[in-house]
Amino acid sequence: MPRRTMIEAIRDAMDVSMGRDEKVVVFGEDVGFFGGVFRCTQGLQAKYGKSRCFDAPINESGIVGSAIGMAAYGLKPCVEIQFADYMYPAYDQLTQEAARLRYRSNGDFTCPIVVRMPTGGGIFGGQTHSQSPEALFTHVSGLKTVVPSNPHDAKGLLIAAIEDPDPVIFLEPKRLYNGPFDGHHDRPVTPWSKHELGEVADGHYTVPLGKAAIRRAGSAVTVLAYGTMVYVAQAAAEETGIDAEIIDLRTLLPLDLDTIVASVKKTGRCVVVHEATLTSGFGAELSALVQENCFYHLEAPVARVAGWDTPYPHAQEWDYFPGPARVGRALIETMEA
Amino acid sequence: MADAGMLRFHVPEPEVRPGGTPDFSNVTIASAGSVPRPDIDVDPRTIRDMAFSIIRVLNRDGEAVGPWAGLLSHEELLEGLRHMMTLRTFDARMQMAQRQGKTSFYMQHLGEEAVSCAFRKALAPGDMNFPTYRQAGLLIADGYPMVTMMNQIYSNEADPLKGRQLPIMYSSKEHGFFSISGNLATQYIQAVGWAMASAISNDSKIAAAWIGDGSTAESDFHSALVFASTYKAPVVLNVVNNQWAISTFQGIARGGSGTFAARGLGFGIPSLRVDGNDYLAVHAVAKWAAERARKNLGPTLVEYVTYRAGAHSSSDDPSAYRPKTESDAWPLGDPIVRLKNHLIGLGVWSDERHAQAEAEILDTVIAAQKEAESHGTLHAGGKPSTRDMFEGLYAEMPPHLRRQRQQAGV
Repeated sequence: MPRRTMIEAIRDAMDVSMGRDEKVVVFGEDVGFFGGVFRCTQGLQAKYGKSRCFDAPINESGIVGSAIGMAAYGLKPCVEIQFADYMYPAYDQLTQEAARLRYRSNGDFTCPIVVRMPTGGGIFGGQTHSQSPEALFTHVSGLKTVVPSNPHDAKGLLIAAIEDPDPVIFLEPKRLYNGPFDGHHDRPVTPWSKHELGEVADGHYTVPLGKAAIRRAGSAVTVLAYGTMVYVAQAAAEETGIDAEIIDLRTLLPLDLDTIVASVKKTGRCVVVHEATLTSGFGAELSALVQENCFYHLEAPVARVAGWDTPYPHAQEWDYFPGPARVGRALIETMEA
Repeated sequence: MADAGMLRFHVPEPEVRPGGTPDFSNVTIASAGSVPRPDIDVDPRTIRDMAFSIIRVLNRDGEAVGPWAGLLSHEELLEGLRHMMTLRTFDARMQMAQRQGKTSFYMQHLGEEAVSCAFRKALAPGDMNFPTYRQAGLLIADGYPMVTMMNQIYSNEADPLKGRQLPIMYSSKEHGFFSISGNLATQYIQAVGWAMASAISNDSKIAAAWIGDGSTAESDFHSALVFASTYKAPVVLNVVNNQWAISTFQGIARGGSGTFAARGLGFGIPSLRVDGNDYLAVHAVAKWAAERARKNLGPTLVEYVTYRAGAHSSSDDPSAYRPKTESDAWPLGDPIVRLKNHLIGLGVWSDERHAQAEAEILDTVIAAQKEAESHGTLHAGGKPSTRDMFEGLYAEMPPHLRRQRQQAGV
């Protein structure tokens, strides 16, 4: 099976979708002729023409607003916001328009759009190229939110998102684009070509939205993670020797609660990990759900490891990033509680 | 030079406030028939002055004059009059129903009926409007059932939107009427996206975007003009300048640009101003703009100069911020009276027939209201179910919503 980087997998997902359905159009800032600043759309304009893949003005509310109109017409736009940090001008269009169009019109109009955006830090991007705004989307009724952690899933989830009849936010952890980064920023990253999840089948396949994956089976403690934090948690488990069960949520909404509950009931312990800031983060929702559904099986309080409640700093990037040492400490404390 | 270094803050003010005498002498109005009608493929740079004039067809004597006249038959004009009269009667009944507690909220069109009623007749089947809350004439003029509109206003058991939307936030794909958001200006760029999609699909349908004078200040208005200009989208960009954004006079949104139409000039978009109280002028300009869109000539910006004779909504009292008699002083008159006088002048209408039509329309509206009320009103009779609240958010209900619906016991 061919091995691909996450960038190539994402590009392949759009390529396959555009090839199968002429209603799929791709646009955003720099995505046309140039192929995107992360090269995720490279070659799509040459292959499908300027009507199907084109450059947009620097105007995120315009990109999402026009995509909503296109979806109402009957197309299936898959648009790129260059960095998740740039999505705020489009937030009104996403939350009050895309999310509610089906509901408010009772199905008269629908909004099958995908909004891709690179998320997370680890590239010295400072406060405006590093954010993880997933909780701002999971809090909105009517959106679906997906965070892939590897090339295989990225392709299958993106095809599923494009085929989904409702708006999907597709957050791409940019630190994973070229390899399974585990938070050890001072070590070389294994390229996807040497990782089994870098295996990406040709052609069409989907990974269903709303289904988590168990990345590491274990019996001592459940770790709930997504995106980059899946590999950070794996490193922490290896380095502490704790037999952690690591669940990669893949889709935050709809959430695969059954997989979470079954695991925590088995292990009796739970650590929630994300790169986004702690307060009112998606970890708060996860921790509340675990408490509501698994309270009588818990041997220890649910722990959260997250970004500090500060803007993402530049020079102090690795003090901010919740790396394997911090996750490992939380695992040990949860085991000792 | 004494105060050369002292800056002064400028806040525009309307000419007159309550207690003052209405004065529209500053509103320059071109005489009917005086503005030329260029070819639709005109170079936009040569018609920039049209953004500062006003296209008018009906003169003071009720005659249709000039190059924009002559597009509509007597039958079509009589139909247009009936649409405007129907909308006004519908509004009056629904405004009263709101006062009687049968619904929570209402917004009427008083004085602006020509804009949406005439515009609708310039579109073809399949075209799509992205309206604001004051274009129900698009539905009336397209034959959308009044009972269905009232069911929506009452949020009753027959409400096609299942009680999820504020009154008058209609939606009808079939009648080319995009779901109203109530969230200002967002629909403007969506209309451009819809038009882009039609062009991408090599279709023949066009879109119409709608916005009020006040909301042109929103960034989505700018987004729409950028996208429409860049991609030459087949869209008519309508700005309804009814002088008032709730209590804020149009000068606060307009700033120093002179007119709202002038906003289009920097984008290279042909930009026209039209007498919004002149049914014939609105229709003629809309037809011109729609034809440009359909012939791949791109967007047109049209400013309809009109006056909001009524309150902003059922929650508003305009006497607090403008003279009570300002509406009577409005120099462009009333759209229904003007078309009525034109038709009388043509010899195809009379005061008697007008009074008879008013009575017939009132009967029709009351009959529709009775039928709608048999399905319930907001606080009495049949209403959408609690289950309807949970359904229809996603194509397939996700597990967390299913759990919440069970908790709610439905």
